[in-house]
This record gives sequence, C-alpha cells and structure tokens, in this order.
Amino acid sequence: MSSHNQDTTGAQTTQEARMGEGVDDRFNSKLREAFGSSPFILTKFDSFMNWVRGSSMFMLQFGIACCSIEMMHTYAVKHDLDRFGSGVPRASPRQADVIIVPGTIVSKFAPRMKRVYDQMPEPKFVVSMGSCTCSGGPFQEGYNVVKGAEEVIPCDIHVPGCPPRPEALIYGIVKLQERIAKGETSPVTVKPYELEEFGDLEDDELVQHLADQIDEEDLVMRYNWAESP
Amino acid sequence: MSLEAPEPSTHADVGVTEEGLDYDALESLLGDAVIGRETHVNAEAFVVRPDRVANALSVLKEEAGFDHCSCVTAQQYEDRYESIYHLKKYDDPTQEVGVVVPTSVSKPASQSGESVYRTADWHEREAYDLVGIDYDDHPDLRRILLPETWQGHPLGLNYDQEQHQVVPLTEHANPLQEDHQEGADTMFLNVGPHHPATHGVLHLKTTLDGEQVADVESDIGYLHRCEEQICQQGTYRHQIMPYPDRWDYISAGLLNEWAYARAAEDLADLDVPEYAQIIRTMSAELCRIASHLLAVGTFAIDVYGDFSAIFMYAFRDREVVQNILEDLTGQRMMFNYFRLGGVAWDLPEPREEFFEKTRDFLDELPTRLEEYHNLISSNEVLQLRCVDTGIIEPEVAKDYGCTGPVARGSGVDYDLRRDDPYGYYDQLDWDVITEGGCDNYSRVLVRLREVEESAKIIEQCINLLEEWPEDEREIQSNVPRTLKPDADTEIYRAVEGAKGELGIYIRSDGTDTPARFKIRSPCFSNLQALPEMAQGEYVPDLVAALGSLDIVLGEVDR
Repeated sequence: MSSHNQDTTGAQTTQEARMGEGVDDRFNSKLREAFGSSPFILTKFDSFMNWVRGSSMFMLQFGIACCSIEMMHTYAVKHDLDRFGSGVPRASPRQADVIIVPGTIVSKFAPRMKRVYDQMPEPKFVVSMGSCTCSGGPFQEGYNVVKGAEEVIPCDIHVPGCPPRPEALIYGIVKLQERIAKGETSPVTVKPYELEEFGDLEDDELVQHLADQIDEEDLVMRYNWAESP
Repeated sequence: MSLEAPEPSTHADVGVTEEGLDYDALESLLGDAVIGRETHVNAEAFVVRPDRVANALSVLKEEAGFDHCSCVTAQQYEDRYESIYHLKKYDDPTQEVGVVVPTSVSKPASQSGESVYRTADWHEREAYDLVGIDYDDHPDLRRILLPETWQGHPLGLNYDQEQHQVVPLTEHANPLQEDHQEGADTMFLNVGPHHPATHGVLHLKTTLDGEQVADVESDIGYLHRCEEQICQQGTYRHQIMPYPDRWDYISAGLLNEWAYARAAEDLADLDVPEYAQIIRTMSAELCRIASHLLAVGTFAIDVYGDFSAIFMYAFRDREVVQNILEDLTGQRMMFNYFRLGGVAWDLPEPREEFFEKTRDFLDELPTRLEEYHNLISSNEVLQLRCVDTGIIEPEVAKDYGCTGPVARGSGVDYDLRRDDPYGYYDQLDWDVITEGGCDNYSRVLVRLREVEESAKIIEQCINLLEEWPEDEREIQSNVPRTLKPDADTEIYRAVEGAKGELGIYIRSDGTDTPARFKIRSPCFSNLQALPEMAQGEYVPDLVAALGSLDIVLGEVDR
C-alpha cells in the first residue's frame, strides 16, 4: 500500500481503487467459482488444446480488395470482432493463425498469397470472404482473375456476399471457432494451381517460349484458364 | 477558395473565344502534323501523324495552354490501332481537345508523349500492356498491370483468353542478395505486395541509402481484375452500373457510378430530372465524407501506429454514414443506386425519419471534426511527421496529372464539380478547398476541410428535397429499354471522384455494349507521382507520403 501517497494528497491511487477493501480477490473469477474448491479440471489434452485454439485466434492483417473494407469494419468499433476472442490483427504471417482472404485474387497476386499462406505456422485456418474468393464472383469472366481462393490455398469457411456484411463475417468466423474447438478437420480440397519450379513444368510450346526469360529453379504458377472450374 | 473560377493564367491561349474553343486556330497551330479531324461528343480531336506526336503535344501544351493530359486511351480497330490523348486545361477543364494517333496493324508503333507530359509514361505502358501498341522513345516500355511473362495483349482483338499463362515469383528479390545496387551504401528493400502500409496490394521496390529513400518504383497490377473488359461485355442500361462501385471501393461507390452515368447519359443524350440530380448530389457527397474519413483514419494508422484511436473514431463515423446510405440504397458499400437517366428509387419512407437521421449526423459533424482536428491536425507529433515532408510542387503535380485532394493540397485550384459543372453543384453554395503547403499535412487538411464542405452541400440538398412538391418527384427520365448509341460515337467525360478526376471514355459501335470502355483513374496518376514525393526522404516519410496520396488499389489497377 502506498501510504506515502495517502499522506500527501489523501486521494486513492488507481491500484488501491481497483483492489478495494479487504482480501484481494481479483483472481477469483466466475470460472474459478464454477470449478468449486478444487483448482483442477479433468479433460483430454486434445480437447483442451482445441478449446484454447478456438478461443484465441490471431488474424493476419491481410487486405486485398473491397471486402477488406468490410473486414476493417468488422475489426473496428460497433462490430468489434475481438469480443469473440478472434480479432487481433497481426501484420506478420508468422504470428497469425487465421487468414481471411478478402477480395479478388488475380494471376499476379496468387503466387504471393500462396507464399504468405506458406509462411503461417501450423495449425492454420482460412476464411474466404466474399464472392470473388468463392468463385471469382462478378469478375469471374476476367482474363486475369483466379476463379476462387480454393484454387490456390485450402479454405475452411466460405462467406459469400459482395461484400458480406460484418455480421456475416462474424458468423463465419464464430462457426470456424466452433469447428476448431470441436476438433473438426477441414475437408481435403483440390488445388489446381501450385507453385512449382519452372524446370518441372511439362515441356510444351509456352514453356519453350519462356525458357530464356525464366530460370529453371524459379518458382512459377501455371494457369490453365480453360479447365479451371 | 470560392466558387469563382481562378484567374486565367498568362498562357497565350490560342483559339479561346467567347463561344468556346476555335479548333481551326488550333489546327493551324499544329501545321502539317495533322492529317485529319474527328468529332467526339466532348471535343474535337486532331488526327496526328504517328511520328509527330511529341511535337504536336508540345505545341498544344506550350502554345495553347493544354497543361493537363488527363488520359491516354488505346484501342484496336479492324484496320488500325489508335491512341487518344485527352488534353484539358487545369484552369478551365471545359476546354478540351483530343489527339488521335492511328498506327498500322502490322507495326503498331507511334512516338511517345512522355517527353511532354510526364503522366503519359504509365498510361502508355498500360496501352502497351493491354492493347499492344509500341511507343518509340518511351523511357521504360514494360508491362505494368500484367506479369512480365504474360502472353498476348488482352484488350486487343485477337486475344485468346483460354491460353495458358505462367507467372513467376522472381520479383521477390532477396533483399540481402541484391544488397549493393549502386556504390557500397545502398540496400534494396521490398515493401509489399502484402504490407499493412500499402493500403492493399501494392509493391514498392525501394532502394535505400542509409535510412533515406534513394529510389522507389511502384509495381502495380496485383488487383488488376479486368474492369474494362467486364464493362465492354455489359449492356449500357443495367449491366455496367454495378461495376463502378468496385473501382474505388472505399465507399465512394456513388461517385464512381456518377462517372459512368455522366458519360453514358451524354453519349446517348439522356436527360436527368432535377429531383434525381439533387438526390445524386446528396448521396455522392455522403460517399465523399465516408471516403475521406477512411483516408484520414488509415493515414493516422500509418503515421501513429497500429489501430489507434483516430482509426476507431473514423470508423465509428463511417458506420453512421453507411447506415444512412443503406437506408437510401439498400447496401452498405456496393450501392448500384444510380440508373441512366436518374436513380433507382426515391428516398425511403417515412421521409421525415431519413431527413432527421441525416440531419442528426450533420449536426454532430462539427463537434466530431473539432475532435479530429484536436487529435490530428493540431497534434505536434503528426505535425513533425507531416509538415514539409512529401513535398510535391504544383507544376510537378500538374505534369503528373494529379487531381483531387492531392492537387488541391499543392494549391492547384481544380475541382470538376465547380469547373465542369454537373449534377446540382452549380446551384448550391459551397467552396473549393485548397491548401498551399504541398506537403503531407496539407493533403490531410484538405480532406478534413472538404468533409465540412460536403456537409454544407448535403444540408442544402436535404432542404431542397424536403420542400420538393410531392407530385413532381420524378426520379428517372424516360430511357429506352435497350440503349444503342450511334456507331462510332466517342466521348470522354469526367467527374470529381473522392480521389480526383474520374473519367470514362466510351466508344460505341451501334450495339448495346461499348466497343471500348476506358477508365481514367485518379489514383493511377496520383500514385505515379510518389517517387517525386519520396526520393531523398526517410523511409517513414515514404509511408506517410503514400498514405497521404490515399490510393485505392482497386482503382489503380482496375
């Protein structure tokens, strides 16, 4: 207790005001009360880990297009995604658990997005936000537009809409949290576009044409516009 | 600083008469470089020999005062390629002229205009990338929107959209490998394409000399989603209107829709009822407020740090604007509310409630703005970061084709709402804001003060709408079900978007879809000026300069 302060001003310090009178019971939360007298709970380690994972998710601060504006609104006041234990945006993929893909993915960006996704530590989850990440959305017929995020990285939750309202995004993320907490795994998805070394591509006319521009070891993504779904 | 147009400059303004431009005088000025004349809806255009482009442009700029190259449109016809330089004057943007440069299909090459207008650099690179025209003497003719290894030119006539493409990841140069670019002390640093300070997916290739920026080059195209192709596939009447919302997606949707509406209405000669014009003016200014608030909020993030109070304040106010716009249009962001010849529907019932809600917002706004000024413009930390950093001189800004708050922050008194009136703006009482500081601080100040002006406009519109007689509330004029403008009609029309001059070029071919649809994005030109602002400054000032440009990548890349 800082009696020194009380002597000079007579006012309470912030700490004193928080502590209140009597025994310090700040750490006896409602949860603690629920446990009763024993400080132990008995559960499976996996269930515990899943619950922890689902309750504290770090989002990658990742903006692509229009949807990122609604994503920012979801993080900001009024919608405040952090209420659900899932709204701390991290600027580095190395610190993130979840990537929300908010916008149209075009040919030039897909390899970069794949690279960012690869940099995230396991276990990692993907929420694809908006129609563009479901199918290419309104830009599906564009010559440069990848027809959905799932062509490049596996997605756990799709939130359709153009753009989805913040409420819809929150619903999608809470659903993802539920699934993680229950230990459900994502379905295995087919990804037509992978990063591969240029030298490993099938040797056809296009590859021969580009041979003097691209090194054998360079990573490339080859787009097959006709056959993508 | 007022509705009065600025004093004309000291240029020898050849061809300026009381009734408008005397194009014959201009033509004789150009001499034998001209091989023909075309009439576009917005202005006359001179057909110029491909080997005399720089000369013709330079004469028009130096002797006739056309100091604003607002756009370069490229397109392919069956028998030729064509580049059109749309020229204007900063002093009076209603004085326009086009310079049409035809080239042959077998060898599409014409002289570059880059030596005359700095802004032509990126525009010509885009024309090369998407249409496939070569520009002789261009300093750096590379692809700009598509990856370097792309095959074909997608807006050309013979492009096969189904062919395979290979995109490499090599542009991620290892910063340690490329350590010493020139001399012993420079370091190469990638900023982006995924970086919180780039406001989207922009890649800045920076060369650092110690902590100072020796060179910066923007690498764009990470959000090039073929807006022009999509608009060329859509029918005029309904299928194009949803897309403008997605160019500048920072809630500026209605401003963008107005750009298309204005161009298409002038092309097809459609009228818009006065009542609809007032609704348009009101809702567009609401969008401008929302857009400027986001610009200020994210700028504060760039300068102060992660998710700070100002960002939250700005988003709180944006939510209010978005609620009002949702009441009006039914959508928070992608409004699709304008129609050719008017708007989709009238104000929501009960009207009193809508007016009250909007008035509440406007009444609250001065207090909110005072708070912003306390937090931002009178904050010593921000002033230290922003005053006298990211300088762009007015003449440089004009050379790069900068418009909007960026130009007005450099003292260029250019606002299409006043200078090339449309909508209901010329009947209302409001001011054009300019600041003479030319720095990051001025640009932020311009945006904050423009919010006040927009609020003034909205208030006057509400008063008008409230008193409008009930039986005269005409929201749409009579527009044919299928619009087919006459073949080979060409038009370039611009409006004042949130970021500056947003122009649309449309060429019709007699069908119900445009033959060429070109978007002149203000952010594209503004971003081009970034090296001028950032070179020699510290790295944090580069980030501040980028934030103060307020680019949105959806509009840069289209």
